[in-house]
Amino acid sequence: MEAFGLLLHGFGVLLTGKTLLLMMVGLVLGIFVGVLPGLGGPNGVAILLPLTFTMDPTSAIVMLSCIYWGALFGGAITSILFNIPGEAWSVATTFDGYPMAQQGQAAQALTAAFTSSFIGSLCAVLLITFLAPMISSFALRFGPPEFFAVYLLTFCSFVGLGREAKHKTIISMALGLLLTGIGMDTISGQLRMTFGSTDLLRGINFLVAVIGLFGISEILLTMEERLALRGHAASISMRVVLGVWKDLPKYWVTLVRSSFIGCWLGITPGGAIAASFMGYNLAKRFSKDPDSFGKGRIEGVFAPETAAHASGTAALLPMLALGIPGSGTAAILLGGLMVWGLNPGPLLFVEHKDFVWGLIASMYLGNIVGLVLVLSTVPIFASILRVPFAAIAPMIVVSCAIGAYAIQNAMFDIWLMLLFGVVGYVFKKIGIPLAPFTLALVLGSRAEDAFRQSMIGSGGSMGVFWSNGLVGSITTLAIALLFWPLIDKAFGNVRRLWNPAVT
Amino acid sequence: MRNLITAAGAAALLLTAVPAKAWEPTKPVEIVVAAGAGGASDQMARMIQAAIQKHNLMKQPMVVSLKGGASGAEALIYMKSSQGDPNKVLIAYSLIYMLPLSAKIPFNWRELTPVSVIAMDQFVLWDNASGPKTVKDFIAAAKASSVPFKMGGTGSKREDNVLTVFMEKKTGAKFAYLPYKSGGEAATQLVGKHTESNVNNPSENLEVWRAGQVNALCVFDSERIDYKTKVTATQSWNDVPTCKEEGLDVQYLMLRAMFLPGKVTPEQTAFYVDLFKKVSQTPEYKEYMEKQALKPVWFEGKDMVEFLEQDDKLNTQLMTEAGFVAK
Repeated sequence: MEAFGLLLHGFGVLLTGKTLLLMMVGLVLGIFVGVLPGLGGPNGVAILLPLTFTMDPTSAIVMLSCIYWGALFGGAITSILFNIPGEAWSVATTFDGYPMAQQGQAAQALTAAFTSSFIGSLCAVLLITFLAPMISSFALRFGPPEFFAVYLLTFCSFVGLGREAKHKTIISMALGLLLTGIGMDTISGQLRMTFGSTDLLRGINFLVAVIGLFGISEILLTMEERLALRGHAASISMRVVLGVWKDLPKYWVTLVRSSFIGCWLGITPGGAIAASFMGYNLAKRFSKDPDSFGKGRIEGVFAPETAAHASGTAALLPMLALGIPGSGTAAILLGGLMVWGLNPGPLLFVEHKDFVWGLIASMYLGNIVGLVLVLSTVPIFASILRVPFAAIAPMIVVSCAIGAYAIQNAMFDIWLMLLFGVVGYVFKKIGIPLAPFTLALVLGSRAEDAFRQSMIGSGGSMGVFWSNGLVGSITTLAIALLFWPLIDKAFGNVRRLWNPAVT
Repeated sequence: MRNLITAAGAAALLLTAVPAKAWEPTKPVEIVVAAGAGGASDQMARMIQAAIQKHNLMKQPMVVSLKGGASGAEALIYMKSSQGDPNKVLIAYSLIYMLPLSAKIPFNWRELTPVSVIAMDQFVLWDNASGPKTVKDFIAAAKASSVPFKMGGTGSKREDNVLTVFMEKKTGAKFAYLPYKSGGEAATQLVGKHTESNVNNPSENLEVWRAGQVNALCVFDSERIDYKTKVTATQSWNDVPTCKEEGLDVQYLMLRAMFLPGKVTPEQTAFYVDLFKKVSQTPEYKEYMEKQALKPVWFEGKDMVEFLEQDDKLNTQLMTEAGFVAK
């Protein structure tokens, strides 16, 4: 119960008028950057980071993490209403959230998204509170083979459990993997596929690709179909909120499963992106009615949002305990910690108790305040959508361009973003799913590095992926998931042979 | 405490001594880091930023800009293409010599304007706390092992990799070198026993050393580190023997230096020389140098160019001997 006492102490640090005010300001700013398409978490936090330099570390991290929570909540608004994911991990939210909005259920979808974000984060914070010391030592068990096994698991679950035609998923993923090869190769220290261009040295930034693939291509499609933005208006009334909450217990399995996946992948740094997709795919796989997914099913919003937020929150633990940032935003927060002279590491929990527990307490408070705030302000933020398309489309393109430029201050990225817009448009037309492409762009180079480091370490033997219980079970699970449709069928046949009456 | 006051006083004096007409930045100054968040360069940039802000050494704010893409090549190209822009300053390390050699990056440090060398960074041989406690035992264990010992490090064909090759040459032991994206990652992997050792800079392994998770075996310098304050429960940096003392004759120090883009005016360069000189006299800088076990040095102007030429020659020679120069 030591943790409980420390947590109370953390609340004590936080509960001052000034801190609460900072928290509200942070949340509003966060929602704002989250709603602006193409800005999203990492950019928002990066742009607003200098605001906090003059504060003391606890106030600063509280404000920053509230900007982060706000951006996460805000990202859900654009995913559902605009079909533009603010962050890569909101991609899975668009699958069902946007169809729901199309069917006039935007308010339900938004309530579902906010509520499940809240539940996911809460589970992860509870976990952080009570498992902090143990988990940081577990994370140390992850070497290159373990990392690769987790990435493999993500890729395989995509192919095996995905809704789209398998060959299209694989084509999309392979193209993404090819693009991650561009730039400096960490293992050999050589440049690959840059063709002498200094702009390609950096490689393809996945945020640039995502902004183009989702944001710009959506604008192109909209222009082609009709000059009306396919975003949807929403105002959330108390009745809708209570209606959704009343149904929550029905989905407890999905919520628990997604929270678990999220926490697991957040701590074993698989990341929120993998978590959201896995949460979604598993919810669909275990559903009685998998075909209704992708057509506006509320479970399809619950599953990825819960997993993404559980994972996004849980990822702060390895960042604090080991200094490994699990996501782009966590990396920026990490940079912030250093500015205030706090070195993340196992000793942070010992030497800066006030700070660590203040931060953990702020996770609780920030999420509660954030939930209330988004539910009450959605109409204001969503009113952006009542502006005619002709006026808002250029604004979206401009904010996409600013977003793409701001990531690395490179004009080249704007051209790249436009190019990806066209690519996204073509993919959508010929029915190639964009999500595996994005996933490969995000995890591809990390998976490659982990694989090659494993091979150097083992002297080229593949046995290293079964060299201990942890890595062995993850690898086996990955391969099982890859062939899941076949296994599922085989099991079905066996069952029929065993007991013909069942079918 | 007295030191602190004197240093602050000296800084204040220097500040008032600046003639009114000298050049000053008119825009926020970008301090360009050629590495990822949390690495040694990033930490140093943040320290400089904090020191400048706290002592009000410059009217314009300073922002840290991370350009660690392509193993830091991104920052080099960025500086090269910012010719004539006096609002960007690069915090450089040995990659300015090595990257053009190993990856044929179209870059030459002579195209930038040298401002000052502000420190030399050490390299230390580390192993896991459960591993051998001395260099001799460590080398013996590496030689006896049936699979090569794994050595973690930052990037490929760079400082850490070069040191590993020279350790192999001097001892005859074989290592499997695992390139990671950052020193922080190499540190964590060593603690998790996924590698047997690494050659991180002191700052990169400081926290895990203090937590008692790694052993500091030896430092790759001709003399021991000066700092005698206890860092861990029992050891100070000064207690770490040199590798040469321990029979492993390999030495390497890495520069930490500031550069402006090419074609800036002498007045602009002078402003920054003066600025970093003042930074180097702040208590923040001194505390940082001691905490991270950096060697305080100062070169500017002609001395610096001379130093760079020599250092370049040395690095080129090491890279050539290690076989890391691209054809």
